[in-house]
Amino acid sequence: MHFFKFITKRILQTIPLLIIVSLISFFIIRLSPIDPLAELRLNPSISQETLDKEIKRLNLDKPIGIQYLSWAKSFIKGDLGYTTAGEKVSVKLKERIPNTLLLTLVVIFMTWSVGIPLGIASAVKKESSFDRLLTILSSIGMAIPSFFFAILMLIFAVKTGWFPVGGLTSYNFNEMSLGGKIIDIARHLVLPALVLFTISLSGLQRQMRANMLEVLDSDYVKFARAKGLSEGKVIFKHALRNAINPMITLLGFEFAGLLSGAALTEYVFQYPGLGRLILEAVMKSDINLVMASLMMGTIMLILGNLLADILLMLTDPRVRN
Amino acid sequence: MEIIEKIFKDKFAKIAFIVLAVLYLLILFADFIAPYTNTYSNRNMSYAPPSQVYTIDENGKFSRPYTYNLIREYEPALMQTIYKQDRSQKYYIKLFVKGEKYKFLGLIPSDRHLFGVDNGCELHLLGTDINGRDVFSRLLFGGRISMTIGFLSLFIVFPIGLLYGGISGYFGGIVDILMMRFAEAVMAIPSFYLLIILAAILPSGMTSIQRFCLIIVILALIGWAGFARVVRGMVLSIKKEDFISAEKTMGASNLRIILKHILPQTTSYVIIAMTLSVPSYILAESGLSFLGLGIQQPDASWGNMLKEAQEFTNILYRPWLLTPGILIFIAVLSFNLLGDAIRDFLDPKSQTRN
Repeated sequence: MHFFKFITKRILQTIPLLIIVSLISFFIIRLSPIDPLAELRLNPSISQETLDKEIKRLNLDKPIGIQYLSWAKSFIKGDLGYTTAGEKVSVKLKERIPNTLLLTLVVIFMTWSVGIPLGIASAVKKESSFDRLLTILSSIGMAIPSFFFAILMLIFAVKTGWFPVGGLTSYNFNEMSLGGKIIDIARHLVLPALVLFTISLSGLQRQMRANMLEVLDSDYVKFARAKGLSEGKVIFKHALRNAINPMITLLGFEFAGLLSGAALTEYVFQYPGLGRLILEAVMKSDINLVMASLMMGTIMLILGNLLADILLMLTDPRVRN
Repeated sequence: MEIIEKIFKDKFAKIAFIVLAVLYLLILFADFIAPYTNTYSNRNMSYAPPSQVYTIDENGKFSRPYTYNLIREYEPALMQTIYKQDRSQKYYIKLFVKGEKYKFLGLIPSDRHLFGVDNGCELHLLGTDINGRDVFSRLLFGGRISMTIGFLSLFIVFPIGLLYGGISGYFGGIVDILMMRFAEAVMAIPSFYLLIILAAILPSGMTSIQRFCLIIVILALIGWAGFARVVRGMVLSIKKEDFISAEKTMGASNLRIILKHILPQTTSYVIIAMTLSVPSYILAESGLSFLGLGIQQPDASWGNMLKEAQEFTNILYRPWLLTPGILIFIAVLSFNLLGDAIRDFLDPKSQTRN
């Protein structure tokens, strides 16, 4: 019962947040000197009818407050309008969001399964040469600009020919068998995932190490040791569970960072994700698309944080009460 | 000065400090050190490879460093232009040579450059870009933008963040709730998405100075919210202290208490946050310029120089165009290492953790 109350409360809290975000983004975009329909007007394949429909839908002839309200109304209904190329924005988003989610989830899975053990190991072996090496490597990992690293990876891919360059699928994707399709997508994912993995791994490893050191210094760990428990039991039964809780909160932030970081990586690798979509939309000043993908990015981020909170509640009894 | 002593005790922080000092000196005296000016371009020398500098002459003897001029030729067999050395004449590299006119530190007109070669030859230590501009010189000029933009943004972020967090935490209640909801909303938008949108709506046709200033403002608009939140948390705990109640009973105004008594308590956090956040601004600016939304040509920034590395032929056959990326890496790494050392110094609690 408690659990559902908590979740409902958290979901209700996100509503004002979404309203403010939409207000901010709406006013930034509308107050800019860009004509939201400029490209639509120039596109000969767009009929005057569609144009009128858009003007009516966006209420461009009315004051900005009303424009916002009508935008919000159609957004809630799921009507996101058309892109400058005449496609439905919702179709475009449906195509791109799963790709970004796939990339992000693969990267989070990779960083957690490597970063957490590395963080534990370097905390347990504090100030050993292994720990020092990891500190240096993580400093390097944190300092490489994602787009530069992506370019280096592209060079690597082109020179060795081991990995396909760009996109998510090969040209003959539709003719492949199911197994072939999975392998094809995986091969395209390797390089972008590797770039994002390297960059977010460093931060995660450092954070885990810091948490672990703090916990290892605490009284209950000292007590567990004094009780004569084996070192393995102390670390994995007592210390680890407490050190990992703050990491779950970080999961939400990591998701946010990845969404942002992925934009540049997606751009370099021509990966068909949300980040590249918003970039293309911005370059073409495709207002509908920018607005919708900005909102989607925000919703994904808020959902990520929500999931992290729920996970934390499941693992940490202190939060539950 | 204790802090500098402390930094010099840490091996990595010492190297980082020296690297940054050298970088800032280089960009400060960029006009003099760079053999060419920011805008000098020779269309006949597009994508010239780095000049080879020789210190051993053809007889196997040591010689003053010299180089050969490059001649552009079209190779019909390869269907591309290639550069060949003109071995007929040696050009010695000289100090304080006459070259392009510039204003030293923006004040003193001069035409002497630290090093260079005589007329008739061009010296490109790191090759040239598509317009035949010297990459080495542009790296120095680009550093002026890339290495300062972060600090300049911080000058906007910190007053806003301090005041916003200070007011929110001090007054509490409904003010706090409203202000924090707004800050959270700004943080809830994926920062890079917001960044590119803000950059994209900048009107075109601005002068480069205007654009530079607006990019600074945009970077600041992304960064203030997180900072304000932390300040608010600190203010919440500080305002419960006795000396604040004492101030209140003495009749000090709210603004005075916030500015004179509460915010100064956050100084050490501010310094830590400042050094630790410079790299993220450097990365944000270079990312933005890399996409063509930040600093525009003909101005150089490390990000927009890397834009050329987006083309396959460039990254495969003209590796010297990747040098700005290496410099971004070095600068960010140095700031991170230095930031870690300063944090350990100002916040001894973190030492047990790190």
